Amino acid sequence: MEANKEDFKYKKRAFLSAQIDLSKFNKNDFEKATEEEKKQQDVMGESRTFFQDGMRRLRKNPLAMMSIFILLAIVVIIIVAPMICPYSYDTIIRVDGKRDRGVVNLGMMQYSDMEIEYMERTGEKLFPHIFGTDSLGRDYFIRCIYGTRVSLSVGVVAAIMVLIIGVIYGSISGYFGGKADMIMMRIVDVIYSLPDMLLIILLAVVLNENLGPLIQGTVFESLGSNMIAMFIVFALLYWVGMARLIRGQILQIKKAEFVLAARTIGTPNGRILRKHIIPNCLSVIIITTALQVPSAIFTESYLSFLGLGVSAPMTSLGSLANAARDSMQSYPHRLIIPAVIIVLIVLALNLLGDGLRDAFDSKLN
Amino acid sequence: MENEKVKTKAQSGNLLEVEHLKEYYPVSVGMKKVPLKAVEDVSFTIKPGETLGLVGESGCGKTTVGRTILQLYKPTAGRIVFDGDVLFDSEKKIKVDMLPYRKRMQMVFQDPYSSLDPRMTVEDIIGEPLDVHKLYANKKERREKILSLMELVGLNAEHAMRYAHEFSGGQRQRIGIARALAVRPQFIVCDEAVSALDVSIQAQVINMFEEIQEKLGVAYLFIAHDLLVVHHISDRIAVMYLGRMMETADADELNENPIHPYTLSLLSAVPIPDPETARRSKRIVLEGDVPSPLKMPAGCPFRTRCKYATEQCAKEMPELKDRGNGHLVACWNK
Ligand SMILES: Nc1ncnc2c1ncn2[C@@H]1O[C@H](COP(=O)(O)OP(=O)(O)OP(=O)(O)O)[C@@H](O)[C@H]1O
Ligand code: SF4
Ligand SMILES: [Mg+2]
Repeated sequence: MEANKEDFKYKKRAFLSAQIDLSKFNKNDFEKATEEEKKQQDVMGESRTFFQDGMRRLRKNPLAMMSIFILLAIVVIIIVAPMICPYSYDTIIRVDGKRDRGVVNLGMMQYSDMEIEYMERTGEKLFPHIFGTDSLGRDYFIRCIYGTRVSLSVGVVAAIMVLIIGVIYGSISGYFGGKADMIMMRIVDVIYSLPDMLLIILLAVVLNENLGPLIQGTVFESLGSNMIAMFIVFALLYWVGMARLIRGQILQIKKAEFVLAARTIGTPNGRILRKHIIPNCLSVIIITTALQVPSAIFTESYLSFLGLGVSAPMTSLGSLANAARDSMQSYPHRLIIPAVIIVLIVLALNLLGDGLRDAFDSKLN
Repeated sequence: MENEKVKTKAQSGNLLEVEHLKEYYPVSVGMKKVPLKAVEDVSFTIKPGETLGLVGESGCGKTTVGRTILQLYKPTAGRIVFDGDVLFDSEKKIKVDMLPYRKRMQMVFQDPYSSLDPRMTVEDIIGEPLDVHKLYANKKERREKILSLMELVGLNAEHAMRYAHEFSGGQRQRIGIARALAVRPQFIVCDEAVSALDVSIQAQVINMFEEIQEKLGVAYLFIAHDLLVVHHISDRIAVMYLGRMMETADADELNENPIHPYTLSLLSAVPIPDPETARRSKRIVLEGDVPSPLKMPAGCPFRTRCKYATEQCAKEMPELKDRGNGHLVACWNK
C-alpha cells in the first residue's frame, strides 16, 4: 500500500457536481479510525436522570421558581419567628409583670403608653408589635405566625393522608383489575357523590361532643375536635380523586412491555408495583399531592371562618380572619394580613403544582 | 460469565415440545364477546441448543405463540412440555407454578423502547432477574455479574449507571438481551428482536445471538417476518399463517425446496439483488389482504389468496404431512 501511495489520486470532481471534491484530499486524510477514536463516538450526552431532567425544566419556569421562593420564605419565617419573638400566641402582654390595659387594639409597630414609659424608664428596648395587637392584647404578629403554622400543617398532613390512601387504593384497583377493580371503583363513585362540607360540619358537631374527653392531654387537644373531624373527613373522602388518577395511570403503564418483561423474569406482583409501576406514576403523584395542599388549606380556612376550625386559643389563618370580621372597619389590617397569607400560600402552591406538571409530565407520554 | 454450556435433562429428546397450542383472545364486537383466534393449532419441537425460526406476516400470531409458551398468557388449549416437565396440559388440566422455569426460559422483546423501564438504570434493569432469583451472595458479586453480562453483549461497562433512554435502539436491544441472559436460560424467545433495528445493526445483533448460542448453548425460538433474517440464524424454520403452521423444514431445505404456496410467495417477496435474475424468476405476488382472525375462512386459511385453491381447500383444513426428511407441509394440492 505504501508503494502505490504516490500514484494514488482521486478523480477530479465533475463540473457542477454536488459531490465532495475528493481531489483536495489525499489518501492520508482517510485513515481508518482507531478503536479509541471509535470509542469517542460512543460517548453520549451527560447522563441525566428523570428528576434532573424535570428539575432543569422547572428551573426555567419563573412562576414556579418564585412560588418555591415564597413558600420557602414562609416556612423559614414560621420556624424562626417564634424563636426570636418574645411573645406567645396565647399570652396577654404584660409590662414588667403588670397588666397593661392600654396594650389592646394597637396598630402596626405601635407601643402602648405603659410600654413607652417602661422603655424610657429602663432604657431597655421592647420587641415591637409588628402587626399590632388584638382586642385581648395578644401580639398579632405571633398569632399570624402560629395561624400559618397550623394552616400549612393541616394542608400538608391532609395531603399526605390523601396521598397514602389514594395511592394504595388506586394501585390495587388498577393493577389487579377485573372484578376487584369494578367493585373498588363503584365505591369511589359513591364516595365522590357525598357532599363533603355537609359531612365535615356534621362530623365536627358529633365529634365535638364525643371526642372532647378522649383527646384530653394529648397533642390533639390544642388543635381541638373540629380539626380531628376535618382530618377524618379528608382521610375518608378526599383520597378518591387521587385514587382515580393513579388507577388510570396504572392501567396505562400496566400494558407497557417492560412490565411484561418483568413478569417474564418472574418478578412478584408487589415488586412490579413498587419498582416499575409506582415510579412511573411518580410525577402524577407529586403533582396531585402538591395541588392537594392548597385545597386542604382552603377548606380549613373556610371551616375556621364558619367557626368550625381549631379551638381557641390556638388559631389558624381562617380563624384569625373570622375574628377580625367584627372590627373590620376600625382595624382592617387584621383581616387583610391573614387573607393575604392564605392567598400567597394557595397561589404559590397552585403555581408550583402547575410548574411541576409542565416539567415532569411531558416525559410520561 | 463461566464458559460452560447449559445442560439439558432430556438428553435424547427435545428441550421444548408444543402440541396443538391454541390461544383465543376474548374481544368484544359490539355487545358480544367473541374469541379472536390468534393461534389455532400450532405444534413444534425445539432441541437443546437449536434455533427454530418462526416466520409469518404481521398479525399471524407469532408474538402470541412466544408469549403463550412462556405462560405470560394462559393458553386456551394445548400441551407445552419443557425439558421433560409438563408446563401446561389442557386435557389433563395441568398448570405448574412458573417461577422456577422463569430462570430457564426467557424472552427478548420486539420493541427495544417500551420493553425497558425508563426509570431504571441499565444496572438495575440487568440486575432485576438476579435480584428476583437471588443469584448473588453480595453487592460486589451482583455488580460483577452485571458488568460481565454487559461485556458479553458488547455494551460499554462504564454506562451501567445510565438510563435506557440515553441509548440507541441497537444498544437498547443489547440491554434487553443481557437481561434475558442474566438467569442463564436454556431457551430464549427472540420476538422480532432485530426488526426495529437498522439493517447494519441487525447483522451485528444476529451475529451476537449466534456467538452467545455457541458459548452458552441456548436454544432460540427466533421470530421474524423476514425469511432472509431467519434463514441465516435458524437450524429449522416454521412458517405460520393466520395462527396455523403451514410448513416446517430445515432452513436450507425450506429455502431450496419450498413446497407450500404461502412459503413460495414469502420467498418471492424477498428482494433479489440482481435485476436480471429477478425478471426471469417467476414471482408469486400475494394479492388481497389477510382475512381478519375474527372471520377465519373455513378450511385452509390461505385459500382466499391461493392460486392453487380447489373446492377441497374450502371444506377441510389440510394436516401437516411429512414429505420426507422432516419437511412438513399442510396443503392439499402441492
Ligand atoms: N391482547 C390482545 N387482545 C386481543 N387481541 C390481540 C391481543 N394481542 C394480539 N391480538 C391479536 O392477535 C393476532 C395475533 O397477534 P400477534 O401480536 O401475535 O401477531 P404477530 O404475528 O406477532 O404480529 P407482528 O408481526 O405485527 O408482531 C392479531 O390479530 C392481534 O390483533
Ligand atoms: S390447501 Fe389449498 S388453499 Fe391451502 S395452500 Fe394448499 S392449495 Fe392453497
Ligand atoms: Mg409480534
